Amino acid sequence: MSAAPSVSTPDLSVQDLRKEFAGHVAVHNLSFAVQRGSFFSILGPSGCGKTTLLRMIAGFIEPDSGEIVIGGRSMRAVAPNRRPVNMVFQQLALFPMMSVGENVAFGLARRGVGKLERTRRADAMLERVGLAGAGLKRVDQLSGGQRQRVAIARSLVLEPTLLLLDEPLGALDLKLREHMKIELKQLQASFGTTFVYITHDQSEALVLSDHVAVMNHGRFEQLGTPQQLYYEPATAFVAGFVGANNRIFGQLKSSDGDIAEIETSDGWTVRAKKSGPIAAGDHVEAFVRPEAAILERDASQLPANQAHYVGSVQSLLFDGANSAVLLHEDLTHFEFRVALPQTGRFADLKVGERIYFSFDPRRAICFPSHGGPHG
Amino acid sequence: MVDIGDATPVRAWQRRLILILLLAPALLWLFALIVLPHVQLALLSLRERVAPHVYQPSLAQFHTFFAEPLYWQVFVRTALLSIVATALTLLVAFPIAWVITKVARGRASALLFVVCLIPFWVSETVRALGWLILLRESGVLPALLVKLGLTAVPVELLYHDATILTGLVYTSLLFMVVPLVSSLESLDNSLIEAAYDLGASGFATLKNIVIPHAAPGITAGCIVVFMLTLGNYLTPNLLGGKNSQWFTELIYTQFIVRFNWEQGAAFGFLLLGLSTAIVAVGLRLSGQRFVDVMRRS
Repeated sequence: MSAAPSVSTPDLSVQDLRKEFAGHVAVHNLSFAVQRGSFFSILGPSGCGKTTLLRMIAGFIEPDSGEIVIGGRSMRAVAPNRRPVNMVFQQLALFPMMSVGENVAFGLARRGVGKLERTRRADAMLERVGLAGAGLKRVDQLSGGQRQRVAIARSLVLEPTLLLLDEPLGALDLKLREHMKIELKQLQASFGTTFVYITHDQSEALVLSDHVAVMNHGRFEQLGTPQQLYYEPATAFVAGFVGANNRIFGQLKSSDGDIAEIETSDGWTVRAKKSGPIAAGDHVEAFVRPEAAILERDASQLPANQAHYVGSVQSLLFDGANSAVLLHEDLTHFEFRVALPQTGRFADLKVGERIYFSFDPRRAICFPSHGGPHG
Repeated sequence: MVDIGDATPVRAWQRRLILILLLAPALLWLFALIVLPHVQLALLSLRERVAPHVYQPSLAQFHTFFAEPLYWQVFVRTALLSIVATALTLLVAFPIAWVITKVARGRASALLFVVCLIPFWVSETVRALGWLILLRESGVLPALLVKLGLTAVPVELLYHDATILTGLVYTSLLFMVVPLVSSLESLDNSLIEAAYDLGASGFATLKNIVIPHAAPGITAGCIVVFMLTLGNYLTPNLLGGKNSQWFTELIYTQFIVRFNWEQGAAFGFLLLGLSTAIVAVGLRLSGQRFVDVMRRS
């Protein structure tokens, strides 16, 4: 490998990285690479090891084994203050004893940049994040979203190879979070810095990222584009964690090519595409997206080649374009979520009403299951 | 039922009465034990005995202080040594407070705090006598030095300025540790990490983040320790012996040995003026306000 990073060198390359805490494996021999200029997210529930992974990249935690290479340079024995990496902390960690401008200029001052020059660069950076003229303000005079931008400006002014973000939107209220999602994506696009973002919010990861790694129990369940995660989940965990999904536990009855016929313990039979080797009699869990199912008041309107089911409306979940209905399947009372068409066709649906539904087995997916129905 | 219309003024009146009653013991205490004696002392310091039982107002006591080199030299020496003792206490207490708040976890942190507290379960006199046993010529430490071959004969470790300073730092430590712990506890660890992440060295983080955050606690601790040290009588007297030349000893001599209450009162006021002036200068130099310091520590 050449010493000078070429364009094709990934900005971050992690090889066989491992960390244990008192016998509990937090990060389980991970290897991955993040391409220059991309927005990479690590998505997982709390306790999955994503924070440990991020803190190892930042240098706050020493890995037990494995290698972290940033910008073509091994980070072994490189202290956090010497890494070409900056971090946006969960609570932002702006320095309350300094003005906004001093916060942004802090890293430059540590590099020995002269006072005039660093004030100029801090002001220019504040202007780029839409906070022109805020340099003299105190941190507590800013709103939540503005502080967020200061935290990012404080890091980006140092032109790091990598920007690490530790759930920075977690502390914001919903409306602001939606707004900051868009702003973060635009900031990343305009600076072209490689972002590594960790979150437990799948919507943040899907909206923001070029690539997402779904992490669970210290391992990556799947690494792919948001579209791949959503439409082609590799494991049952990914299917259950990313996006809303109906989860159906059952046993494989028979297979027709890659389409499996599954029977639940209550005797309900559904069909779904197989993922991985599954033999007849195996326990499986199938996932059906709410928007994969279609509703009809007249059974003859449903596609003839699909199994038809009948359910009664349990509750209506109106949420604008994300509206859905919870049905109880007639035979088994299985709770099934179906997205309402955005045309407003079923706006007159009532609780208790009986309705037909079906779904394309090619848009449902099933995995071998190790546990029974739980949760 | 009380009508709400006239309940409000009654309530305001009652509230004021309750406030006065609650504060009464403290106010009585302050007045009887601090204000009254000080008024008396002020009057004493401003008079001169011209004949038995005949007094006249005069500044002679203050004049004596400036005319006699021993008095003001001891005065300056006490002030300087107190400042040094305060600075040393801060240097010793800061790492302790840091370990208690940022390094140790849970029980270990509580235990360390108790360890700092334990010496204060024993009276100051007993503690100072303990130091005597350790440091006197026939004591533990000189014997140990001889045994280790570091000194040929037992050396007298008492009655040096360094001994006095050691004793004063030891006595004051807790009063510095407590405000430092409370101010460091409120320092968010992620601020330290953020500074480090942005390229700061350990020293730059200490200077730019930790010390500015802990400044009120540092100032409060320094004020308390400085005042305690300046007004300390027992420790300098026992550990320094005749060499200690601590200003409180001069005051004691005037009151008790010489029975010259006028001179003693004047010395007392000079010491009060000195501690007030030095605290004011210290606050000015560190850019802190007294009210903020006392509120935040």
